[in-house]
Amino acid sequence: MGRYIGKRILQIIPVLFIISFIVFFLVRLSGDPVNTMLPPEATPADRAEMRTALGLDKPLLEQYGIFLNDVAHGRFGTSLRYGQEATEVVLEKLPATLQLASISLVVSTILGIVLGVICARAKDTAFDILFSSLSVVGQAMPSFWIGIMLILLFGVNLKWLPVSGPGTWKNLVMPVATLSIVTSAQVIPLVRSSMLEIMHEDYIRTARSKGLKERLVIYKHAFKNALIPVVTIMALQVPGLIGGSLITETVFSWPGLGQLMVQCINGKDMCVVQACVVFISLITIVANLAADIIYALIDPRIRY
Amino acid sequence: MENKEKKGILHWMRLLFGSPVGAVGFITLLLVILASLFAGQLSPYDLAKQNLLDKLMPPAWCEDGTMAHLLGTDSLGRDVLTRCLYGARISLVVGVCSVAVAGAIGTVLGLLSGYYGGWVDSLIMRIADAFHAIPRILLAMVVLFVMGPSVFTLIMVIGVTNWVTYARMIRSEVLTIKEKEYIKASRTIGAADWEIILRHVLPNVAAQFIVVSTISVASSIIIEATMSFLGLGIQPPTVSWGVMLADGRNYLATNWWVCTFPGVAITVTVMGIMFLGNWLRDVLDPRNQGIR
Repeated sequence: MGRYIGKRILQIIPVLFIISFIVFFLVRLSGDPVNTMLPPEATPADRAEMRTALGLDKPLLEQYGIFLNDVAHGRFGTSLRYGQEATEVVLEKLPATLQLASISLVVSTILGIVLGVICARAKDTAFDILFSSLSVVGQAMPSFWIGIMLILLFGVNLKWLPVSGPGTWKNLVMPVATLSIVTSAQVIPLVRSSMLEIMHEDYIRTARSKGLKERLVIYKHAFKNALIPVVTIMALQVPGLIGGSLITETVFSWPGLGQLMVQCINGKDMCVVQACVVFISLITIVANLAADIIYALIDPRIRY
Repeated sequence: MENKEKKGILHWMRLLFGSPVGAVGFITLLLVILASLFAGQLSPYDLAKQNLLDKLMPPAWCEDGTMAHLLGTDSLGRDVLTRCLYGARISLVVGVCSVAVAGAIGTVLGLLSGYYGGWVDSLIMRIADAFHAIPRILLAMVVLFVMGPSVFTLIMVIGVTNWVTYARMIRSEVLTIKEKEYIKASRTIGAADWEIILRHVLPNVAAQFIVVSTISVASSIIIEATMSFLGLGIQPPTVSWGVMLADGRNYLATNWWVCTFPGVAITVTVMGIMFLGNWLRDVLDPRNQGIR
């Protein structure tokens, strides 16, 4: 087990290298950073001086080396907009995004499992057809539009909930609902089919034929086994959930990484954008690692 | 031969219309495609023509609405229905082309990875992990910002952020059939690598490929709308559903219709494609027969 975890952690290292490579070259592709940092009337001498100061006159690979070293020390450069180290700016906004994403993950896990299991149990009944169709509708709607429609209904027409910004728990309801609708719409059919697949297994037939009550068969034999793929399913939702929260934040003016990203993209504040990408990727990698470890822990068939 | 082909189409049509999901999906998608192709004939209005006298008119069934503008008008007095019809063009083009890009990249990398194994496999799979770790929307945002928004960039970005699914699918298929007797047999009789790939590997993944592609078109359409909504994708005056939503958001408190109908258009289109995809999966993959 320890060896397995160690191996999985080692596998992360090349992935981190590739991500840093992507992030570094994306920004180099965006053109000369000197142009965005200096006013248009700057003389060529000023530009050359700036290039030397930023290390832009060095060979590309050497620049990448310097970049890697900086990133390893948590330095992405000073934000043009905030005048602060980019890492600090990102860390300041990170909790808001994590709050939104983690609450939504919990809500959509519960919704997804409960509704998915009920749909599988009540296969082909009105309940199953209703929620299976609703989950297709949920997957077909862009998350930002769900947000807009919620604002229209609960904010503008019914005036039950505040439409934007941070504040009390009421401000969280609509962003969390938006993300949970999108995520549980993906999870419900997966849980449903995983549950149905297990209901076809031989050990379920055995449990039934030895006269166990249907409830016991479902919850003790089927549900526990159906949970195993659910862990993977939920881990697979994490990148989408974080991506979705970036968009949801801009709709609800939620002060997290998504809003920061959009502002910094518009303000050409590249080092903050770089820091955002690296941090968000790190979160996703850690979430996937956690899922793999939990998976190995709960599935007795997997022995390393 | 021709007869056989006809029977084939008839057979598929019977299968399609025998399933409510398949039929609904197919008809919806067909209607969207026809509406986008004949937008110019269906609507009496010029796409770009502004009419400030008629701005922000509500849909026909509301008070003050007129039959002239069934779904109302936007802030510049343009007909919402007309713009929804034209918006389908961009969505469908971007959706289909980006999936072609993703499929091409993913197929090549997946084949290389599975067929040759070793360090090639390790390298490609680690790159796939890295792409998987960065949320698609985030990567698309950054690339579009760096390269500047254009339809071509949008297609490339949405495609490039989606190749991993294809690469993993093809790779795992290659790995399963690589050891099969008939592959060994073809190799023994001197078949070239490309011949084996073309004749044995690709036909085996075709069904799965079609299903994944259909579902991918749906998700690509959503990403296109999201990017255009954020102002990073399609740029006005080109019309796309995302652009309409970005504009309509400013009138949310007073004029609900401007940002409702483009969203409905996206949802209906994506749903049609997903229904079709689900139907294809059920029909093409015999393993799903019992589970459905």
